[in-house]
Parts: sequence; C-alpha cells; structure tokens
Amino acid sequence: MFKHYFETIDNVEIFPIISLSIFFIFFVGLIWWVIKADKNYINKMKSLPMEEDNVTFKNDSNDEKNH
Amino acid sequence: MGIEKFHYDNKVVKYFAIATVIWGAIGMLVGLLAATQMFAPEANLGSEYTTFGRIRPLHTNAVIFAFVGNAIFAGVYYSMQRLLKTRMFNDALSWINFWGWQLIILSAVITLPMGFTSSKEYAELEWPIDIAIAIIWIVFGINMIGTIIKRREKHMYVAIWFYIASFITVAVLHVVNSFAIPVDFMKSYSAFSGVQDALVQWWYGHNAVAFFLTTPYLGLMYYFLPKAANRPIYSYKLSIVHFWALIFLYIWAGPHHLLYTSLPEWAQALGTAFSIMLIAPSWGGMVNGLLTLRGAWDKVKEDPILKFMVVAITAYGMAVFEGPMLSLKSVNAIAHYTDWIVAHVHIGALGWNGFLTFGMLYWMIPQMWKTKLFSRKLANTHFWLGTLGIIFYALPMYVSAFTQWLMWKEFTPEGILQYPNFLSTTLQIIPMYMIRAFGGLLYLSGVFVMVYNLIKTAKAGNFVANEAAEAPALEKAVSKGKEYWHRVWERKPIFFTILTTIAILLGGIFELIPSFMMKDNEATKIEAVKPYTPLELEGRDIYISEGCVGCHSQMIRPFRYETERYGEYSKAGEFVYDHPFLWGSKRTGPDLHRVGGKYPDSWHFNHMYDPRSMSPGSTMPPYPWLLQQPYDLEGLPDKITVMRKLGVPYEEGFEENVEANALAQAKGIVKSLEADGIETVPEAKIVALIAYLQRLGTDIKVETADN
Repeated sequence: MFKHYFETIDNVEIFPIISLSIFFIFFVGLIWWVIKADKNYINKMKSLPMEEDNVTFKNDSNDEKNH
Repeated sequence: MGIEKFHYDNKVVKYFAIATVIWGAIGMLVGLLAATQMFAPEANLGSEYTTFGRIRPLHTNAVIFAFVGNAIFAGVYYSMQRLLKTRMFNDALSWINFWGWQLIILSAVITLPMGFTSSKEYAELEWPIDIAIAIIWIVFGINMIGTIIKRREKHMYVAIWFYIASFITVAVLHVVNSFAIPVDFMKSYSAFSGVQDALVQWWYGHNAVAFFLTTPYLGLMYYFLPKAANRPIYSYKLSIVHFWALIFLYIWAGPHHLLYTSLPEWAQALGTAFSIMLIAPSWGGMVNGLLTLRGAWDKVKEDPILKFMVVAITAYGMAVFEGPMLSLKSVNAIAHYTDWIVAHVHIGALGWNGFLTFGMLYWMIPQMWKTKLFSRKLANTHFWLGTLGIIFYALPMYVSAFTQWLMWKEFTPEGILQYPNFLSTTLQIIPMYMIRAFGGLLYLSGVFVMVYNLIKTAKAGNFVANEAAEAPALEKAVSKGKEYWHRVWERKPIFFTILTTIAILLGGIFELIPSFMMKDNEATKIEAVKPYTPLELEGRDIYISEGCVGCHSQMIRPFRYETERYGEYSKAGEFVYDHPFLWGSKRTGPDLHRVGGKYPDSWHFNHMYDPRSMSPGSTMPPYPWLLQQPYDLEGLPDKITVMRKLGVPYEEGFEENVEANALAQAKGIVKSLEADGIETVPEAKIVALIAYLQRLGTDIKVETADN
C-alpha cells in the first residue's frame, strides 16, 4: 500500500535507501566520534553542572550531605 | 580575559515553581474527582460542568501542561542560566512566558468544563487558545535560544540539547495537529478527517508524551541528578548517543496507538518496529541515571531527594519498557481500550514526572532561599505516601485491565458471548476503581505534605531574587584546526537546532505524507458512506462537547469477540467525513460505532435522562440538561459551509435549507418519541444527539442490505 502512493514519483525506490544511509552513516559516525572523543573534553563536559558551585554561594544542603 | 559579574534570575524560577505546585494540586484533585466518578457517578455533583466527559480533559491538560509544563519552565530557567553562565536572554520574555502560560491554563480551566473542546486527546483546547499556546511557546524558544547565544560557556551540556529538541518538536507537533477551520469563536473542525486525523493526532499524542513529558525531563535529570547526588553523570558519552538515538526514533512510533484499527497495515507495522527500537536509547538514559549513583547508594538511603529521583528513573525505565511491549499487536489487543493504558501513563506521570518534579523542588527551593529543607522527615513521609499512592493506583488498573479483557473475549461452549452485556464487565472492576481512587488520594495527600514543607522552608530562609555570579567572558571561537565535528556543533547552537529539526522532521514526513495522499485515493472510499445530515452533525458536536469519546470508542477491531458484540468491524472508508475522528482510546462503556438502529429513540431518551433506568447499575452519569437545552439551529449553515471547505460533498446552496432540513428530521424523532409516550421539542439537544447516535455505523448496513 505504501508503495502505491509513491509510485507516481520517479525513482522513488532510492528514497528509503538514502534515508537508511543517512541514519546509518550518522550513527556510525556518532559512535566512532564518541569512542575516539578526547577524555579531557568529556570530563570537562561531565563536570559542567558541578562547576558553578565554585562561583556561587555554596548550599548547606550539600554540606550537610558531606558531613 | 576578564571575569564578568552578572546575576541569575531566581524570581521567575520561583514563580514557575509556585505555579507547578498549585496547578499540580489542582490537576490531581480533579483527577481524584474523575476517579471517584468512575465508581460513583453521583460524584459529578449533579452539574454538567463537573461531569466526567468534561473534567477528564481538564485533568489531563492540567497535569500535563500546567503541572509538568510549569515544572519544565522552572527547571529549564534554573539550570540553563547556570549551565550557560549567564542570565536569561531577556527578562520581559521570561515574564511573558510565565504570565502567558498561566493565562492559557486559566482559559483551559474555564473552557473545558464549559464543553469547548476539539476532542483530540491532549490537544482539546479550541483554536484561539491553540494560537496563544503557539505564541507563548515561541516566546520561550526565543528566550532559550537567545540565552544560548549570549552564553559564557563555550560548550552546551547535554541537558541543553534536550531542551532545544523539546522546544522544536513540540512547536512542530502543536502547529500541525491544530490545523483546523474555525466555525465561530470557540468551535472549529479539524482540517483532517478519519484515518488521516487519527494518524496526525497520534503522531502528535505520542510525541507530546515524548517531547513534553520525556525529553525535557531527561534534560532536567541530567542536571538535577548530578547536583543532588553531588557527582557527575555516569557516562557523558552514553548521553550523546542516547540523545541522538532518542530524537531520531521517537517521532516514528505514533501509530502504535492505532493497532488493529482502520489505519493502514504498513503504518501500524512502522509504529511497532520503531517502538521496539526505542527500548535501546530509553534504557540508555535510565541506566545512565541510575549508574550515576554507583558508589553513592548509602546517600540514597538518607537523602529523600535522591529517593524521589531513583524512583522517578526506575518508573521511567519501567514505563519505557512497557511501552514497546504494548506496541506488540498481541499485547496491544489486551491493553487498548482497557485500564492497562491508564496504568501505563500513570507510572509515567506519577512516577517519572511527579517524582522527578518533587525531587527537583526539594533541591531547588532551599538553594534559592539559601537555607536547609525544613523537614527531612516530612519529605520522607511524602516519599512513602507517593510511592504507596503509585502502587495503589497502578496495581488495581492492571488487574481490572486483564479482568475486563478476559470477560470481553469469553465465549460459552456454544460459541456465544459469555458476558453479552458490556455493563457486567464494568461492574466487575468497580472495586479496582475504588482502590485506584484511594491510591490517588494517597499521592495527593503527599503533595500537600510537600506544600507545607516547602512553605516552612521558604519562611525560614531568605529568597535571593538575583543571585550574584561571575564567569570569564566567552572567547571568540577560533578554530585550532584539529577538532572533532560534534564538538564544533556544540558551539554552534543554531546549526545544532537545525540538525535536531531535521532529525525529528524525517520521521514526521515519512509517516504522514502517505496518509495525506490517501485523501484523494479512491481505494478506501465506500460508496454507501454519505455526509451527516445537519441534525446529525449537530448531534455529533454535542457528543464531542460532552466528552463522550472519553469513555466510548467508535472503532470495532477485527476480532471475533468484538464483531460478535458490536457488529461488523470498522472500515477506513466509513470515517472519511469525520472531522475530527472519534475513535476514542478507552472503553469504560461499550463501543458505539454500530449503535445506530440498535435501540429505539425512546431508549436513548430515557438512557440519557437516567442511564440506570435502562441499564440497572450503570456507571454512566445522567445528562438531564440535554433534555432542556436547545441546540444552535442558527449556527448550522456555517458548520455546513466549513465542512464543505474541508471537502465534505454538501451541495452548493444547501446552507439555505439547512435549518428546515434539520427541523424536519428533528420532528420525525419527536414523533417517534411521542409514540412511546415521551414529549419533547424538536429544538432540544437530546433530539440532535439521538439523530447522530441512530446514524452511527448504519451506512455500511445499507451496503450489506443492497448486496
């Protein structure tokens, strides 16, 4: 049925192949990048939410947990 | 590079947090009222404004858009400023966002009980409010992107990506699903009809769950969980893969809400396949959250905030495993139309959204008031009331779902339905409905404990409206040559936003376009199916306005136990003139697709006046006002004109005879009622409603007779 609606478009069969390729290449690339990613950079990103405590008022609920 | 001094805006966060708590309590209270009505219909307080059909959308809208919506804004405004080391882009936009959103909620609180509804689930609000939502949402988006542009932190933390994706996708979904042509100030007809409308609605409905209840909350999890646990997220790499996989896959899964319906088979299969794939990224997120606490489980024992978050993430993990399972056709056959779906969404709403919000509030309020939480003990009490509430809510719903489904499909050895009376299957699960309401009460009482605790906390502290902070100014980005592509993206918010948009649009386009083409397709057309008469159309609008779709489906699935009970299964071609579709998603009462001609007019009249007079023990509320109120006869010509614009083949010039046509049909019904000793007037709403109910599903019966 799906095919039926697209029959009128020329070379429609290339569409799913293109989309699959986009998905596949994107995710392979993404995983490749993630594996190779610079450790320092990852650690820096990871600690972003923790960073602001250095500049702002330190909350005592954290202190409480540490004691 | 000089250090810049600036202030975080806490005031707007405070307002959003207060709104979260107030609307949360109201939304849950309405939910409790609706839950009570399911076993005690008298709890409708004898008023049309508080009857189930009208307050059910009020409950869902209040919880999703008022409670969760305000919590998203509170969390995003709090975390974004800190992650990007800047104040929000523009204070005026922040406040337009706040007050605009509250006004929208207020208008929903007024219009939904009045019966102004589009009937599309989680998109019930009528067109003027839809436009307001779009404007305020875009204000939020501009404020967010503006903040990202003026940031002092070079890279965007993963939480920000989730916020961007949520903003973009909700905007696209809302606009497409709200396409409608207005009839008057508070009434419009969906631009789509039947199968197409159903597909668009559930493409929206599913992704409202995905991009309103899930992705913003994952963003909040990635910020507030590390804060509360005082340790970074388990794996930042996993969060990157998890993000892209989730937004690529989520958008395709909508059709799993329509399995075994008249939706084309390929679309159903597409929905199932992508739903199964979704387990991977969803569990990626859950695992990432839970493993953040590795080596810190001793803290969970002591800290109520972490307890809330652990249960929230666990509930998320359960719901996102259950979801794909429910997308398997055989499982879906059980869950669709039963309380299983109700259990499933409440694991998500009460567990994931509710508990993460509570955890966030317990953490954020002491921060902004520079004090400690007033009582850890009360927070623990809240935690246990909430947890028990979820259990007492969900377990009875699973039991009732299986009980009712087994009763629906039970045949005697002779091959006839064991429980031919639908009502007997509902009465069987009444005790479960009572326990469910008790669960809701427990959960809500926990919220009141929280309100007290937070007020006491705020009173003990000093609120800092503008929190001083400092950070180095952002260097102009200079390429150092060797940089990986994803890192570069994270520095380019606009580019990143465009990529996210492409990812979510791909799914939408491939899913929806074939169905738009179907409109001109003759394949599904059934010659015998004719447009509604003006009176039937008016009756249909009354059906919509009263929220009948909340308890009655109009979609008979191709199972023997359904066709035996209701009649021939529903065909796609039968709905071509249905703007909007009214397939429904829950059967508290029987399916109505083939109710036409099943009972005499007088049965419907008496049943609407007092359901128990016709079906002893019925849990349907009475609708006596339908016998008193007149329908809008003068408004009919405009409705016909709009329907014609939408492609319903009413003849040119038909408008001029519409009123006479409607009255003639109405008089026929009045006459048939008279024969049974009932007196009424042709202008009463009940007459139009009877006309509609008697028409339902009869077109195809004509066809069968012809054959």
